[in-house]
Amino acid sequence: MSLRPDLSIISEWIKPGSRVLDLGCGDGALLKYLQETRNVTGYGLEIDDANITRCIQAGVNVIQTDLDAGLQDFSGQSFDYVIMTQTLQAVRFPDRLLEEMLRLGNEGIVTFPNFAHWYNRLQLAVGGRMPMSRTLPNPWYSTPNIHLCTVNDFEQLCRERGIHILQRTMVNKERHSKVGDNLLPNLLGRNALYRFRRQ
Amino acid sequence: MPEVLPTDSVGLVSPQAMTFQQPLALESGATLAGYTLAYETYGELNAEHSNAILICHALSSNHHAAGFHSMEDRKPGWWDTCVGPGKPIDTNHFFVVCSNNLGGCHGSTGPASVNPATGKPYGRDFPDIVVKDWVHSQAQLADALGIECWAAVVGGSLGGMQALQWSIDYPQRLAHAVVIAAAPHLSTQNIAFNEVARTAIKSDPDFHDGDYYQHNVIPERGLRLARMLGHITYLSDDSMHAKFGRELQAGSPTTGFDMEFQVESYLRYQGSKFAGEFDANTYLLMTKTLDHFDPAKEYGNDLTRALKQAQTKFLVISFTSDWRFSPARSREIVRALLENNLDVVYAGIEADEGHDAFLMKIPQYLEVFSAYMQRIAAETAAS
Repeated sequence: MSLRPDLSIISEWIKPGSRVLDLGCGDGALLKYLQETRNVTGYGLEIDDANITRCIQAGVNVIQTDLDAGLQDFSGQSFDYVIMTQTLQAVRFPDRLLEEMLRLGNEGIVTFPNFAHWYNRLQLAVGGRMPMSRTLPNPWYSTPNIHLCTVNDFEQLCRERGIHILQRTMVNKERHSKVGDNLLPNLLGRNALYRFRRQ
Repeated sequence: MPEVLPTDSVGLVSPQAMTFQQPLALESGATLAGYTLAYETYGELNAEHSNAILICHALSSNHHAAGFHSMEDRKPGWWDTCVGPGKPIDTNHFFVVCSNNLGGCHGSTGPASVNPATGKPYGRDFPDIVVKDWVHSQAQLADALGIECWAAVVGGSLGGMQALQWSIDYPQRLAHAVVIAAAPHLSTQNIAFNEVARTAIKSDPDFHDGDYYQHNVIPERGLRLARMLGHITYLSDDSMHAKFGRELQAGSPTTGFDMEFQVESYLRYQGSKFAGEFDANTYLLMTKTLDHFDPAKEYGNDLTRALKQAQTKFLVISFTSDWRFSPARSREIVRALLENNLDVVYAGIEADEGHDAFLMKIPQYLEVFSAYMQRIAAETAAS
């Protein structure tokens, strides 16, 4: 089974037998993979109709939910991990959702497109246009991404909110980027993966 | 009336009846000496008896969920959109049972049945029934049919509440519960609507305090009003507007008291049809049953505690325009299930049709329902 590269890395971070909440779980691929390979239990939250059906077909517990409406149906600290992949930049209140993740889970995991990646910078600085790429495929007027941020922005927010970053990995195109990890992640990393917990 | 039966229909079906001689102890403390349940079945029970689905009906429905009783029938059973070959409850895979609830008026023992103690119809003497009693009586039916564990208990509206009660009372006897357009208990507004309907029936001079059988009349005007009111609450403002708008009935004068909008004619038709086929005492009894449904009550009003013993997997579905049992009410159920770490899928379906949406051909609804039932079919095939 071929899993999206960021999902594949995340699955390495999850301890077997954990309880997981996946915010914006899409077609349920990650949860299905974790259920099959790591004996994980939990739920996925998703808003899109077609994805709800796909999750059911994948055997994933999916709750149709608008993340912007909050997570009040869940009580505190009931999950080992709360995961949100490629969704942080598309919600109305990313900061509040980060706090919610740590209200519900021991650890949070997020992935997002790093807006400060050199290719984005180049398009804006030289071309004078809003960046578009594989990770940002939509033009400015139809993108769901309303709160794009950079690696530096995210880490700044974590510092302000008392969130302790446990692990960071940068992913380019298809694979884990060692260069991105070690050298100038904010410039060289296309996608950022973080694991964090309350300080 | 169908000239030929549609290929996705269960076809011609016959109602059956099962009579139980042993007395049924009711939650109220009363005992029913013996009773009959009318039911229909569709599809074939497999050798392992693992593919049985129980359908619980809504307030005023009955055991005729799918197919036709004769080629003269104008309409198929009430849930024909969802039950049949290739439909969400696929009769190619499942053995489907739908029974008329105790207290009903379509073949199961109810107020119009003869009380063996008096030789007369029970009338108002028919004992109070709660949803638990329905579940217990259905469990007897399951025993008689040789079904140890339902692959799923499924229902919409009151039927969904009954499925929820099944998961609490017989956690070992169902693998899945499908709870559609339901609520953990009625809202005050719901109870108020029911009381208006009951008052309409009771204030009909032909009601005779429930003894109208002796007078060879039925409280037809009351029943008509009750149904008209009910119908308004089952639809949404938008769906009524889309269906009838402000169009006048053909041939109606354009001024004066006799002027008639199409919606008026529709409600009158629905009211009269209902009055001709439904027993007034059953309506009183079943609305009371609905009003009193509240599984959390005996657990300190804590639904999470009420569902603690449930082991069932759940599919919960709501419809956006359902103001009688709104999506927020389904979310209350979902929340309690989540707090018990139960397996649950929840779909909030975008639909304009109001509460009645659960009976309609809404593509996303049918897709979600089908996908879930196929998962169950795969499990029962593997078991």
